[in-house]
Amino acid sequence: MIRKHLPFATIAVLALVAAPLLLEPFRLSLLAKYLCYAIVALGIGLAWGQGGMLTLGQGVFFGLGGYSMAMYLKLAEGGGLPDFMVWSGVEELPALWTPFANPVFALGMAVLGPVAIAVVLGTLVFRQRVRGAYFAILTQALAAAMVILLVGQQGLTGGTNGMTNFFDLFGADLAADSTQRGLYLVVAGVLGVLYLATRQLVNSRFGRLLVAVRDGEDRVRFLGYNPATVKTVTFAASAGMAGLAGALFVPVVGIISPALLGVVPSLELVVAVAVGGRHALAGAVLGAVLMGYAKTAFSEQFADGWLYLQGALFILVMTLAPKGIAGILGRWRSARAT
Amino acid sequence: MEALVNQLPIGLSIGAVLLLVALGLTFTFGQMGVINMAHGEFIMAGAYTAFLLQDLLLALPAAFLVAGLMGLILERAAIRHFYGRPLDTLLLTWGVSLVLQQLARDLFGAPNVQVAAPPWLTGAIGILPYNRLFILALAVAGVVAVWAYLGHTRQGRRTQAVVQNRQLAATSGIDTGRVDMLTFFIGSGLAGVAGVALTLIGPVGPALGTYYIVDAFLVVVAGGLGQLRGAVLAAAGLGLLNSYAEFWSDASLAKVIVFAAVIAFLQVRPQGMFVLRSRALT
Repeated sequence: MIRKHLPFATIAVLALVAAPLLLEPFRLSLLAKYLCYAIVALGIGLAWGQGGMLTLGQGVFFGLGGYSMAMYLKLAEGGGLPDFMVWSGVEELPALWTPFANPVFALGMAVLGPVAIAVVLGTLVFRQRVRGAYFAILTQALAAAMVILLVGQQGLTGGTNGMTNFFDLFGADLAADSTQRGLYLVVAGVLGVLYLATRQLVNSRFGRLLVAVRDGEDRVRFLGYNPATVKTVTFAASAGMAGLAGALFVPVVGIISPALLGVVPSLELVVAVAVGGRHALAGAVLGAVLMGYAKTAFSEQFADGWLYLQGALFILVMTLAPKGIAGILGRWRSARAT
Repeated sequence: MEALVNQLPIGLSIGAVLLLVALGLTFTFGQMGVINMAHGEFIMAGAYTAFLLQDLLLALPAAFLVAGLMGLILERAAIRHFYGRPLDTLLLTWGVSLVLQQLARDLFGAPNVQVAAPPWLTGAIGILPYNRLFILALAVAGVVAVWAYLGHTRQGRRTQAVVQNRQLAATSGIDTGRVDMLTFFIGSGLAGVAGVALTLIGPVGPALGTYYIVDAFLVVVAGGLGQLRGAVLAAAGLGLLNSYAEFWSDASLAKVIVFAAVIAFLQVRPQGMFVLRSRALT
């Protein structure tokens, strides 16, 4: 029992106690950013690794969460209209914006908005037994459409620039180190709780059913279950996680824009999950943190090289180790055991 | 009413572009079930070929060869090890697409470049400029060529046999590896031709392919896998829908409307307009 939970407990202590003490504030808030991505990756690991639904549009849900939060932050500042609306000539607050002045509504929408969209899309798509590559393409098209919509509705969303310049969160100064440390702890805590909950879900009866749907959807149907429901619920859960991650991302990083949630960022997270190991939830989290770190490190050194490296890494992982780092570790462990 | 009529040729010409881009995909995605995310970069390669040659008529066959060879190499080197794992192929080819985009950026520079349109393409009939008409004609020619190849040549019929039942085709003595190779060559080559066509209506940049690839996949999904007539109808339909939606709402909402329409359409025909009938379960 203790042995089983030891790795998680060690990492939790490291993340919650050691990291805030040892890392300088700048690095700590970078880590918080990677952990936000890790929450999205956890959702992808659940939907893709366990459920076989390759979703290339998690950026959409991430963005919905992020924009909800950003709208609240903009309105909470007070002082009339948000800055970008003044620049694009909007004269009064659009009706869509008004309820977001309430933090509970904004946070609720950040999670429930993505869940609602995923439920509708999932019901429509999975009920008709549209799956595999078709589903991947549809989610990707959703991401593409979302970006064009956000860029086009400049007066509502801030267009290409998105929203930035947030100053305080629930009365705390966002630029202050203490606020950023607090935010980091919140993000790490949320990730930990979601990880445990997802692991519980995967080990439950529902999780077994989900894997069965992945490996033989028709057989599951013949056994009397409805695969569409299982898939829709899972897809909705992963969308909710992405939405929550987006809402946490905005105060941590201080910006949300279409460039952060389009086709490419959505795919990058899938890459991260593949690198970490899609069939292990911990692999997905690890992959997101590692890829986030690698991206920062390499972009600092040589900006152009990153795309080559990412592309090459991807080709190598797919060809040589389709199960990712978790797969390699698993093989190594079982080799040592024998 | 007049606007309604005016939008029609615009919609058809968007449809023609979509069809040209999707034509190659009906080969690689439709026939072989390979989601090639690098298809967009083969389009880009075709466009840069046209930029290097600056001669439209010479560029068409050259781009076909360049993009086709790139496809051939990709198929032999990587994709053939991934048959039966479509989602992995998608991610693999996306890695390839990243590398190719960066390569184009290093070779030709990040800013867009222009290809001069030949003088005989300036002018218009009514509101349809000659270059749009040329694309329409190219799309029609492409469809006819593909139709003739698949239905009326020995190699084309072998391709169809492999699509319908790979094992049975192999037992009947068809070299399926060769068929795969050739199919990929032609599909990628068509992407190159589409790239040349795109230089007539806009600038060429490293990200050229990414603008079209998602829509092109939607065409194939809505048309039905590997169905030529499905691709034609779906491209025309999506092109028209796009132009009318842009006209009635605005450009940013149009994409959302098109997406919703595709989802709605899949409610009626989950496997696209035309389906290859088979008794296989999954």
